[in-house]
Amino acid sequence: MPEARMNCLADLRGRQERARVAFYGPKVRLSVGVGTCGLANGAGDVLEALRDEVARRGLDFTVRATACVGLCEMEPLVDVLAPGLPRVFYHKVDPARARDLVAGLAKGLHHGDWALMRADQDKLLVDLPRSLTGSLNGLAAVPTFEEIPFYRHQMKVALRNCGFIDPLDVEEYLATGGYSALAKAMESMPPEQIIETIERSGLRGRGGGGFPTGKKWRACREAHGEPKYVLCNGDEGDPGAFMDRSIMEGNPHAVLEGMAIAAYAIGASYGYIYVRREYPLAVDHLRRAILQAEQAGLLGINILGRGFDFTVRISRGAGAFVCGESTALMASIEGQAGEPRAKHIHTSEKGVFGRPTTLNNVETWANVPVIINQGADWFAAIGTKASKGTKVFSVVGKARTTGLVEVPMGMTLREIVFDIAGGVAGGRQFKAVQTGGPSGGCLGEDQLDLPVDFDALTAAGSMMGSGGLIVMDDRTCMVEVARYFTNFLRRESCGKCTACREGVLRMYELLEKITAGQGTTADVDLLEEVSRYVADNSICGLGKSAPNPTLSTLKHFRGEYLAHVTEHRCPAGVCKALTKFTILTASCKACGKCSKACPTEAISGGAKKVPALIDQAKCVRCGSCREVCPFDAVGTE
Amino acid sequence: MSDHAPANRKVKTVIDGREIEVARDTWALDAAAKLKIRIPTLCHHAALTPYGACRLCVVEVTKGKSTWLTTACDLPIREGLSICTNSPAVLAARRMTLELLWAQAPASEEIQALAREMGIAKPRFAARGDGENRCILCGLCVRACEQLGAGGAIGFTRRGVERTVDSPFGGQATLCIGCGSCLAVCPTGHIRGIDRAGQRRMSTWHTEMEMAACESCGALFAPLRQLEHLRPRLAEHIPIVKVCPACRRAKAAKETTLPARPGAALIRNTRK
Ligand SMILES: Cc1cc2nc3c(=O)[nH]c(=O)nc-3n(C[C@H](O)[C@H](O)[C@H](O)COP(=O)(O)O)c2cc1C
Ligand code: SF4
Ligand code: FES
Repeated sequence: MPEARMNCLADLRGRQERARVAFYGPKVRLSVGVGTCGLANGAGDVLEALRDEVARRGLDFTVRATACVGLCEMEPLVDVLAPGLPRVFYHKVDPARARDLVAGLAKGLHHGDWALMRADQDKLLVDLPRSLTGSLNGLAAVPTFEEIPFYRHQMKVALRNCGFIDPLDVEEYLATGGYSALAKAMESMPPEQIIETIERSGLRGRGGGGFPTGKKWRACREAHGEPKYVLCNGDEGDPGAFMDRSIMEGNPHAVLEGMAIAAYAIGASYGYIYVRREYPLAVDHLRRAILQAEQAGLLGINILGRGFDFTVRISRGAGAFVCGESTALMASIEGQAGEPRAKHIHTSEKGVFGRPTTLNNVETWANVPVIINQGADWFAAIGTKASKGTKVFSVVGKARTTGLVEVPMGMTLREIVFDIAGGVAGGRQFKAVQTGGPSGGCLGEDQLDLPVDFDALTAAGSMMGSGGLIVMDDRTCMVEVARYFTNFLRRESCGKCTACREGVLRMYELLEKITAGQGTTADVDLLEEVSRYVADNSICGLGKSAPNPTLSTLKHFRGEYLAHVTEHRCPAGVCKALTKFTILTASCKACGKCSKACPTEAISGGAKKVPALIDQAKCVRCGSCREVCPFDAVGTE
Repeated sequence: MSDHAPANRKVKTVIDGREIEVARDTWALDAAAKLKIRIPTLCHHAALTPYGACRLCVVEVTKGKSTWLTTACDLPIREGLSICTNSPAVLAARRMTLELLWAQAPASEEIQALAREMGIAKPRFAARGDGENRCILCGLCVRACEQLGAGGAIGFTRRGVERTVDSPFGGQATLCIGCGSCLAVCPTGHIRGIDRAGQRRMSTWHTEMEMAACESCGALFAPLRQLEHLRPRLAEHIPIVKVCPACRRAKAAKETTLPARPGAALIRNTRK
């Protein structure tokens, strides 16, 4: 039964307590991650099976749908909270196991042998660490969270609750102390003190720029003009990134609470969350969260009876990368073409509808309630000198374990790649890591000890970006990588300014020429000249950062460019025009895998102890043989 | 609070070593003009809002310890800015802009002349498309249409290198009133149109419309559609919608003793 609207802080405290009792209460609580990733792995069926089995047995269990916990590879994941027992996580659960699990739990037993890990302390909920110890009851052999390498080095602040609470039920957020920060801010912190707290915490924007959040809020508070707006950037245009989606799907109230705190501090009365159209689940979760928060008196008119009004609406983006840029995003919210403009006058002074506006990224917003609750000092104690707190990364590419990770700033890239993500998949050699999304830069082995830090990454020619992290192995051609990202940016350029529209096109043409084996050293020089021009002369961040993939690979992997243009060779064996695959007969064991994999039947032999042979006339240089060869017997020339 | 002071405040700035005081938020381009410093522009027009697209008006700005390149046409002057309009970095950037625009709009003599003036003999990039393009996407026509004409008759289509200025779906610009502002502001002669046989034809936008005759001298002076567009927007007593500019001036000259100037220029650009 939905509870009534809350009209004062005491109402909130009472309701939080009731929610908490229900959450950790006497009932067994089962939850399944059904975010976009979980659903793709069959979590919907698992949820169905759990519900059905619980009903069939007439058990008084709670079954909940949660979102992504970051271990997308291990989905479907089932999280079990039973009174007096540690919290236990099961991975790769199918409907049959789900039923067995319920059967066991009906007798108070866990399936220790299938469990992935356990948590004796609910430290993941930073707001409310809670001891769960009780009898280990057959779970002693199950590793704890802290023993799993993927989790051991992580620290969940922005991702707290993601995958651990039901995002569609405000009571679950309240159970973990949700909206306490808003209450605290309204009750005991004058606006000035809130802004000062955010400033002192050292929080910087997680959307890419790393601009100090408190400074932005202050400028907006001091700007003239009514009404003021608070915006959330949920455009997440970086291909392959899903940090913000996870938060919007998994913990939408954290974003709303953060925005409400800022609105209170700044004196804003309206908010928009700009979400890309490709995120229907995120839109749905946010929409329902807004509705529930309004019904609960946590958003809308006269919030918690304190006379503060703040209304939030969702604006759905058109799915263009450039619409994530602040001025383009605001134009898009206004219903105009999503095209950037010069930012000589800050948007905190003249933003959406020409009014003072504060725009922050989803992850930035999710950090705000924690800072208010835990205090600026707590937050500022995490991280490096100028980059405080944690950062979420989506680790993809050739990492052994891919997924969503949150680490304290200051952790080295090496620790993320090797300790958390388990190094390079397939036992290959590490070559580079790309941070910062499509317009980020590539860093080689010798840069791996760089810390996760806005300024250190920028100084190295890459950037923090919004948190994409792509691991590349030794079979990656860095010129091709630059060509690939430049092609993306060329298509995503809005086309307004000459520098980006024409410049990125010419960069792309030069990169294509080099990867096609037709480049010269003069082309490499021209590429560098155009790249620097684009970086210095574009209107918006898209153009300004578009040369990063090129300039960073030129800086750290210049030899590879020169091999393409002077020796006509692609050292990684990727650029087709410059690569010839051959069988190293000494290593070939004639297993025949390559000839089966070859799409053009260019490989003869490879059976009955006759080593394989590639017919160069038929070979299309797809590299499939090299990919499948178990003995590394396919070489390149 | 200094950044939020009322807009009529005066601020000092230094341009090419010379100090000048201007109203806060004066465009850097206009401030330079007051010092008779000419900054080349392509997408700028005094009658239209700045757009900052061509990047030709690039200057070097220094504030405190940082120096960066930016465009002058859309840079509002605020406290503490010093500007250099001809540093080596500025000239190199301008040259690259012209080189890129030349390759983009190889058929525009205007761009070539500007580029040659800057010492570019030939662009290092291949001409785009069929080599017939003149449009540099400066957006002056789109803004002129919006801010001076009917608005919305033409606009940008698509993104990135596929961007073009066009009538809706490349067909007849149904909202076009034939005012010719777009043709007048186009810096490269891309927009074609002509007055002929009692009709104004905006060839680039596939529109054609009837011209109106001056009640006084009988000369055809403006498209009927443009006059219809203006009529409800003007006060009763303004005879603009009936009498041609030359006759209006002649009448005014009689009344004020100002010398009459030649009649209105009709539009003409038939370059292929
Ligand atoms: C081309 C481009 C794309 C961007 N895309 C995003 C995005 O998808 N999400 C985001 O939060 N910020 C994005 N940004 C950064 C925003 O412009 C802005 O800096 C940010 O939303 C501000 O919030 P923050 O200070 O909390 O990071 C993008 C910037 C550029 C130049
Ligand atoms: S930099 Fe690129 S995306 Fe940004 S305004 Fe210029 S053309 Fe558009
Ligand atoms: S004149 Fe300033 S950018 Fe075009």
